[in-house]
Amino acid sequence: MDVAKRDVGRAPIGWDGKTLLEMLEESERLFQETGRYQGIDQLELKEGDHFRYERAFAKLRGALVAARETALHISASPIVRNIGELCFALYTPEGDSVAVSTGIMVHVHTMSEALKWMVRNNYEQDPGIRSGDIFTSNDPDVGNVHTADVHTMVPIFWEDELVGWASGVTHQVDIGANTPGHDPITPTSRFEDGFHLTCERIGEDEHIRQDHRLRSQRAVRSPLYWDLDEKCRTAGAYLIRDAVHRFIAEEGIDYYKRFTREVVEEGRRIFMARVRERLLPGRYRAVTFVGIPFKEEAWQPRARKDFICHAPMEIVIGRDGDFFLTMEGASAPGFHAFNCAEGPMQGAIWVLLSQMLVYDGKLNDGSYLALRHYFPPGTWCNALDPQLSYSTPWAFLIPAFTGLTRCLSRALFARGYREEVVCGYGFTGDAIQGGGTLALNGEYWPAANFEISAVGLGASAVHDGLDWGYAMWNPESDQGDAELWELLEIGIPYLARRVKANTAGYGKYRGGSGWEALRVLVGNRDAELYMARADGITFMGSGIFGGYPQATSYRLWSRGSEIMDRVSKGQPYPLGDEPDSGEFEEMLGGDVMRRSTAMMMPQIFHDKDVLHYVLSGGPGCGDPLERPAQRVVDDMNEGIFNERIARDVFGVVASRDEGQDKWILDEEATDARRQEIRRLRAERSLPYEEFWQQERQRIEQGQLAEPVRGMLRESMGLSEAWAQEFRAFWKLPEGFQP
Amino acid sequence: MERRIAEDLIDGQLSWPQLKEIIFHSKDPDRFQVVMDVLRERLGWQEPVLLPLAEHLYVVQKGTERVVRCDCGYEFGDCQENWKTKARVFVRNDESLLRELYPLMMHSDPEWMELREFYCPGCFALLEVEAVPPGYPVLFDFQPDIDGFYEWMGLPLPSSASE
Repeated sequence: MDVAKRDVGRAPIGWDGKTLLEMLEESERLFQETGRYQGIDQLELKEGDHFRYERAFAKLRGALVAARETALHISASPIVRNIGELCFALYTPEGDSVAVSTGIMVHVHTMSEALKWMVRNNYEQDPGIRSGDIFTSNDPDVGNVHTADVHTMVPIFWEDELVGWASGVTHQVDIGANTPGHDPITPTSRFEDGFHLTCERIGEDEHIRQDHRLRSQRAVRSPLYWDLDEKCRTAGAYLIRDAVHRFIAEEGIDYYKRFTREVVEEGRRIFMARVRERLLPGRYRAVTFVGIPFKEEAWQPRARKDFICHAPMEIVIGRDGDFFLTMEGASAPGFHAFNCAEGPMQGAIWVLLSQMLVYDGKLNDGSYLALRHYFPPGTWCNALDPQLSYSTPWAFLIPAFTGLTRCLSRALFARGYREEVVCGYGFTGDAIQGGGTLALNGEYWPAANFEISAVGLGASAVHDGLDWGYAMWNPESDQGDAELWELLEIGIPYLARRVKANTAGYGKYRGGSGWEALRVLVGNRDAELYMARADGITFMGSGIFGGYPQATSYRLWSRGSEIMDRVSKGQPYPLGDEPDSGEFEEMLGGDVMRRSTAMMMPQIFHDKDVLHYVLSGGPGCGDPLERPAQRVVDDMNEGIFNERIARDVFGVVASRDEGQDKWILDEEATDARRQEIRRLRAERSLPYEEFWQQERQRIEQGQLAEPVRGMLRESMGLSEAWAQEFRAFWKLPEGFQP
Repeated sequence: MERRIAEDLIDGQLSWPQLKEIIFHSKDPDRFQVVMDVLRERLGWQEPVLLPLAEHLYVVQKGTERVVRCDCGYEFGDCQENWKTKARVFVRNDESLLRELYPLMMHSDPEWMELREFYCPGCFALLEVEAVPPGYPVLFDFQPDIDGFYEWMGLPLPSSASE
């Protein structure tokens, strides 16, 4: 049945007697024809009365920020209440964002996609859109990243017309997937991704329906958090609706309508101006890979495969300021949890550009409209199959978009805006997920830690990256207090949190450092836990201008550790892990597992088991040998790098002053060591031609590992253009397959 | 931007509070010229420098050619060609070579991903590091449209001044 054509005779709710679908189609037609939002030529309100216009924007922006700050107190989830994993936005009737709050802004555009999906499917007729209705969606194929992010959308009416939408998103502690947690890694299809709501009307007359409440609370493992998060989103949306009503009462409906059009067009123009101001025309390329070693470990037969996600990125900026991003050559989707729909990719472009180019402009879907993109249909980044799993697209999306930072950084550097360069960021993952049951009362506790939102930022071309304080998807990232997480994850308290040495990407300017934590299970019947980072056996992106990628993660735990004996005897226990020292094994005993793959499938753990994890650093910028030696010694004194890395990577030699409890630079030895490394570079490196021959030989003779061959074959099969480029680069015959 | 500040910026000598001031404010439209003046003077080359391409690397107008040149003087040839094809290359494609730089298990599996280090053959500065699977084509990171850029900026191309 063609749902979009169904008409049950409801009167149109769009402007001037139009339906919402007519408004959307007209908006798209005008944009197509003129290149301007709604075909707007003159910013009449802005040019007519600047102060009124700016005040009007501040009123809406202020209302959105206030709604977020107020509503989050309704939530009980530390993810929302304390870390601020929520965001609100105001949309036009067609679904274009006009203004946004602070917070997890990556969802501003995905909510836009969900609203447009409702308009295109003629919700205006069936089920109808009325004042007081509440809609909710978390379907990644419709407009979301993954099911754990839940959107609530409230229509705003003025008299009989829909004048906009107020929408909010929160990140759930649990979404009822096949394992506990918010970023499950075992699903292989939609039917394991948990609770789905596909743009459903969950409330009427400003009241969430009881059938929805009963159903949803039985669909997730943490019903209390679900319920209060839903109330938080709904209350925030109503605060925004009320603010819009006040705005219209003060400024008039005609002003409001024109203003919301103009401000999106202005957002588009601001982006275009930023491109000309800060970038330069040309072609930029970057590539990122994510290795997934699932052959042995995946739960389901179809998922047992070692493979690599290929994320090539090319940006072409034309002389007319046209900004085109393509991921031609991307690899295929599959039976795993990391597939991505197009909407989140668009959201990721938007959230990064809002941080790198338009952070001081009017932020709305105008920025999105100002660029063109191509995510090839049928690839991992535009999977086009609602039956696939979209549980954790972040595993591919986050690494892939480091390419955008590197591409833009080359332009910013060339323009002289070196302070704006940022060569990437760390992977926001690895904290524990899952849940357990307390021995005392059988109470369930979820493990859904958002301290992942505090990883290292990449270096710029004039200073080091931010240490342990960045998340690409939320510009206001926060690690959260350990004590707070312990309230949620009551069966697995912290033994330690500390700086993780050698996780900052090496460079003249180093990346931000990562950190590590140790947790112990106490007072449980048992717990089902897992941990995941995308960069276990492959680096996540690279540095820039000679900077190195940050260290990868690894897995480490001890089953049946001797921690309780040590504590009862007052003996010291490790506060982290130095992989080269063996201290963890020696001090904690038990059955220790240490391995390089960073994904750990859900396993049952028991009391006294100790789990360790590493939060990522960021990549570096520039040749590490050019880092001022004293800065490296300062890093050593702060625990950022150890003695070996300082000597072998940075060529810095320091001696330990036990009296002062610090490292002291040895300038002479440093000069000698740096000369030695330069000599080694000359001795060991090859002319390019020899390197090229050697690599080509590996391809020709079939010496590539199966996941690498699989990735190359996949991309060549999906993109003839990429296949031709690959063969041309290596001068391989037509039709050659690796 | 004052020239003195631009020099400190290039040298990484600005403190975070100073940088924050610069980041928070509107961008200075003359930044490109100020930075280029400093760089051109420091490099002291007769041929006009058109664009900084990366740390150490510049696009230089050499007669009718545009070449990529390292600040040590080594020339990588036509800027339309990937400068990496004239570089010296060192590939870290086994465990021991990766372990020189990273602690145990904190690096890629070399079967899945290698590190390619591209050095200037003149001064052996490390110019770029690629983290890619073995057999992956070398990346041509950046091809600026220099004519288009100078047109954007409304600046005359330095080549015409030198000819």
